[in-house]
Amino acid sequence: MTAPTLAVWKFASCDGCQLTLLNCEDELLAIAGAVQIASFTEASREVVPGPYDVSIVEGSITTPSDAARIREVREKSRFLITIGACATAGGVQALRNFGDDLAPVVYASPQYIDSLRTSTPIAEHVRVDFELRGCPIDKRQLIEVIAAFLAGRRPNVPAHSVCMECKRAGRVCVMVAHGTPCLGPMTQAGCGALCPSVGRGCYGCFGPAPGWTFLPFGTAEPVRTEGGAHDAR
Amino acid sequence: MTHDSDGIRVPALARVEGEGGIEIVVSDGQVTQARLDIYEPPRFFEALLRGRRYTEPPDITARICGICPIAYQMSSCQAIEDACGATVTEPVKALRRLIYCGEWIESHALHVYMLHAPDFLGYESGIHLARDHPEIVARGLRLKKAGNRLMEVVGGRSVHPVNVKVGGFYRAPAAADLRALLPALEQARQDAADTVAWAGTFTFPDFERDYEFVSLRAPDEYPITQGRLVSSRGLDIAPAEYDSHFTEFQVKHSTALHSVLDGRTYLTGPMARYSLNSDRLPADIAAAARAAGLGGTCANPFRSIVVRAVELMYACDEAVRLIRGYQPPDPPSADVTPRAATGYGWSEAPRGMLYHRYTITADGTITDAKIVPPTSQNQRAIEEDLKDFAAPRLSMPHEQLTWECEQAVRSYDPCISCSTHFLDLRVRQT
Repeated sequence: MTAPTLAVWKFASCDGCQLTLLNCEDELLAIAGAVQIASFTEASREVVPGPYDVSIVEGSITTPSDAARIREVREKSRFLITIGACATAGGVQALRNFGDDLAPVVYASPQYIDSLRTSTPIAEHVRVDFELRGCPIDKRQLIEVIAAFLAGRRPNVPAHSVCMECKRAGRVCVMVAHGTPCLGPMTQAGCGALCPSVGRGCYGCFGPAPGWTFLPFGTAEPVRTEGGAHDAR
Repeated sequence: MTHDSDGIRVPALARVEGEGGIEIVVSDGQVTQARLDIYEPPRFFEALLRGRRYTEPPDITARICGICPIAYQMSSCQAIEDACGATVTEPVKALRRLIYCGEWIESHALHVYMLHAPDFLGYESGIHLARDHPEIVARGLRLKKAGNRLMEVVGGRSVHPVNVKVGGFYRAPAAADLRALLPALEQARQDAADTVAWAGTFTFPDFERDYEFVSLRAPDEYPITQGRLVSSRGLDIAPAEYDSHFTEFQVKHSTALHSVLDGRTYLTGPMARYSLNSDRLPADIAAAARAAGLGGTCANPFRSIVVRAVELMYACDEAVRLIRGYQPPDPPSADVTPRAATGYGWSEAPRGMLYHRYTITADGTITDAKIVPPTSQNQRAIEEDLKDFAAPRLSMPHEQLTWECEQAVRSYDPCISCSTHFLDLRVRQT
């Protein structure tokens, strides 16, 4: 039996989430032994043609050519997993979605720039099999997701909030004790409640936990959705 | 890649951070043009910062690059503090230098072992290299991990650290937590010394260039977080003078602006830092550099792998020194009160000088932002080098020439994700 193939794709992003794969210093060579890394431009010149068993997608869709490219990636991928806030929510560059068209304002020669008005998540363009949150993603969660897809099981990634992680770690609540605004109650867990650990309020980089929706990195009021299982009331 | 009468195209460059390609145009057997195509999708960071609070740039601009977020956090914090007239304490400065050492270590280890060395040894990637030389790649990963761990202990995490703020840090790390890193950093120091010796044994093409080097220079240290900006042709300026010497302009084939210094092409990054500051290295590191074949300057881009290894040694040394002398800053950050002003900041990202400028209002709203990343500054030098590099090699077998041109570009460790700089505010129309 040949090893399953893994491909890594980049769209509009900072490279930090795919770097998280290279940052698995203790596990990287084991992963590279368990799968055939078929396409990972940041790490290798070698490109094995598809189809691929698992595609990992970083970044958001911001150009017409990327909107076409993600469809090609979907067609040649058995499973498609998005990693990070850009791919799952549009990322920090989705701030453009709330303002005026930036291109004619900011470019000396905007006609050279081929950019869409909005930055949108991958799931707005193609079917996504799993979305891993975070800006950046957490490497333990990344390893869990890759292992789960290779084993044909569901990833064990908790759907509760940062607040829950923070309480479990026994941290002093920055909101209750110091009056610091904190998005921990409504933010997807996974970082290990890092911001409260340094005495700072969570700024929501993992996006909303299930049961909450709020605009990605936006300024709108959070909205509680129907039927959500929010676990940190 | 295609290779026809019109020239050579490498549509997608591998082992660089971000999205780019190369095009070399040949006419009548002569290279008429070499282009570094950067098609990384624009993300408009400078525009997105307008209207945000003066406290937000470290978190927002970190997202420009996942490989060097600290560089963005440090340059932006210093620019905002400059605008606000705030000064930070020496212990805060030392802690900034410490976390920056972590970034140099993880970034340089990534480039040397995973992105660059495979070219010299004939492998497609660091993972391919590991199949034949697991102990060498293990050394690189050990180094990289030491840098990442240092960033995690000071910053909370290595990609987009959360503990950095305008004025300093949210919380000072515990001295015991930093001291616990010492064994790994001392091992990293040894690994880095071995890396210098190893990289010195590679075969380098004979390709000396006549660069104008640009880097920071500080009175009594190798530059990381601060200094004046100097060049090998006499530039010596403070941050507020940057815009009167450096000009940026848009070219059709790149989403990153090109940059010139008083009309001239220049180079920033490890080769420039080393060439302008090798006299600031401790004697044992300077000796290791000499033993690996470096002179006091380095103008062969292929040898930059040795320079990065030397900087790895220095960053490990500095990290150990700073941890041994660590005094937790108390308070961990200075108060920074907004005022209507423009502020300037810069620092030495692993890939070179990174400049930030912000204009804020009295209530702390950002009205203008300018960010000049190192890769954007180096595009012209890379293109000029490619043109001269390809010219005598046109008769090479197609595959070999492709690989060598790619290798030439990878020598600069281009971080194409940081091609964020499209704003030409001088022609802004509202």
